[in-house]
Amino acid sequence: MAYLELHNISKTYGQGDYATEVLSNINLSIEEGEFVAIVGFTGSGKTTLVNLINGLLEPSSGEVLFKGKPVSGTSHERGVIFQNYSLLPWLTVEQNVLMAVKEAFPKREKAVYKRKAAHYIEMVGLTPAINKLPRELSGGMRQRVAVARALSMKPDMIIMDEPLGALDALTRGTLQDQILNIWGKDKRTALLITNDVDEGIYMADRIIPLRPGPRATLGPEFKIDIERPRDKTEMNDNESFKKTRNAIIEYLMDIGNERKSEATEEYVLPDLTPKDFVYQFK
Amino acid sequence: MKQSITLGKVTKFMGLGFLSTLKDLFTGKLEKEDFKGFLRKVVVPIASILLFLGLWHLGSQSLYNTEAEFKIEKALNDQGPEAAEAMRECIASGDISCQPNTLPSPAKVWDSYKSLLKDHQIISADKTEFAEKTATLNAKRIAEGKEPIVYTGRPSFVDQIFRSLKTVFAGFLLALFIAVPLGIFIGLSPTLKSAFNWFIQIFKPVSPVVWYLLVFMIVKTLLIDSSEDSSFTISFISVGLCSMWATLVNTAMGVSSVDKDYINVAKVLKLGTFQKIFKVILPSSLPLIFTGLKITMSVGWMVLIAIELLAQSPGLGTFVWEEFQNGANDSNAKIIVAMFVIGIIGFLLDRLMLFVQNTVSFEKTDAI
Repeated sequence: MAYLELHNISKTYGQGDYATEVLSNINLSIEEGEFVAIVGFTGSGKTTLVNLINGLLEPSSGEVLFKGKPVSGTSHERGVIFQNYSLLPWLTVEQNVLMAVKEAFPKREKAVYKRKAAHYIEMVGLTPAINKLPRELSGGMRQRVAVARALSMKPDMIIMDEPLGALDALTRGTLQDQILNIWGKDKRTALLITNDVDEGIYMADRIIPLRPGPRATLGPEFKIDIERPRDKTEMNDNESFKKTRNAIIEYLMDIGNERKSEATEEYVLPDLTPKDFVYQFK
Repeated sequence: MKQSITLGKVTKFMGLGFLSTLKDLFTGKLEKEDFKGFLRKVVVPIASILLFLGLWHLGSQSLYNTEAEFKIEKALNDQGPEAAEAMRECIASGDISCQPNTLPSPAKVWDSYKSLLKDHQIISADKTEFAEKTATLNAKRIAEGKEPIVYTGRPSFVDQIFRSLKTVFAGFLLALFIAVPLGIFIGLSPTLKSAFNWFIQIFKPVSPVVWYLLVFMIVKTLLIDSSEDSSFTISFISVGLCSMWATLVNTAMGVSSVDKDYINVAKVLKLGTFQKIFKVILPSSLPLIFTGLKITMSVGWMVLIAIELLAQSPGLGTFVWEEFQNGANDSNAKIIVAMFVIGIIGFLLDRLMLFVQNTVSFEKTDAI
């Protein structure tokens, strides 16, 4: 019995003639403690897939099983880190985290909440900014608050929807390490959605490409057999890394080209010759 | 973290930033680059005010002459050359009885303003005197369980301003307490939205006069036993009903258009309904709610004058109407004084709302 299972999931938006099937025939199973990355092009339905797993959306057909039970609606057991941070701009860092803590652990003393929130904020290294508003923080800091907020609910599984997509390369690297660190501490199950193959290989145990939508499906999985903790610079010389990376990129390029050849259409141009104005006035 | 409150912050908060530039000028702290800003913020408005006063003066002068010529012409046609000559002399001498009745000049308006203030001082002196005189008698009457004697003399201009402010604030609070909760409910529930939509669309454009008549019909019957003057009740309810639509529509729109990301956060955190409304939906729709409240405040102040005039509720509207009916030689000037007072108070009310908005809302709004 896998920890998270998706059986023949499909998701259709719209009705009747306007229906578009975004995801079709998705099958996925994730074991407890595993770190899985799903890599795909933009617009391939990655966010739809995430929202099906975290319970914000319901599949049109098929079922999502979490710990053997069907998913209906959101749950504190599955923490979500959104692509665009989604911090509430009128609350400070502490208040944003407190809100999650209070919901996840109802009926505790105020001091307990404060301590919990402070703990998670420290974990992501934001203690000095605890009383700041999100707009006073940089993008990386905001995403760290979002990480702290998701973790503070003590979820059994963390679902990350392109969490580092909007960050610069350097901040991205540090945050990747931070997330891996936290994940390594208590080995929670994690699902990472990303469009960066390197990021997937660096962080995950398994990479599954998502073929582009409409009617997106999951491609064949790639296992990453690189020892943890992984080192970014050393990894570049690792044979296994190079091989997996090339294989995944090749696969993604192939389906990209496939789609392009499908989409090409012949345009018949009208047969026109420009008029000779000079000759006309002679 | 405590922030000290300085003049600069407060004035900027209220959209009166030029005051701090003025302060910098006098304390000699003004930088050279700021000088251009100073020119634009202080000198240009003053110049435009002077230009306005000049044009007004010239315009009123020309209207005065036209009116005077007409009067003389009329006297000549009706009563002959001697009467015309007498009229010309009479106008030139500045006699009150034959002054042309037209747009007053700025100087005349200023004189009326001063006379209104003097009048206020006389009336308030009269009031205190009356209070002193009746103090012992009233104490005795209250002890006997009778109503105390109150001052029933005419209200001064300043009293009427305060009375108008009271009416507009009462109306504003009524609009606030009806429109904000109703708007939240309508925004949250598409069912309620379709139930109320026709109602809002039909009643929104109804004129203040009709609102007044409607409220009059209802309140008159409801207060049929009461011997009290119902004009205040009628006028503030009319102001409230007339001005609440902007808040209602804006609140409903703000609540129903909360950023999807925030709603997703609320869902993922599994916030309860109350938490969701008070922690997520309301804070994010506050800017729009306040836009509505600001419009409500200014509409309320605008229709107040018309409604007071109809309701005969003492206030600036009644003042303007009575002065117009009165037709004394300085009535026109007093009407213009009232016009400026109404405009300036409307401006201050708007700034007050901006101040409240910037205090409670996370988004800081600049003044226009």
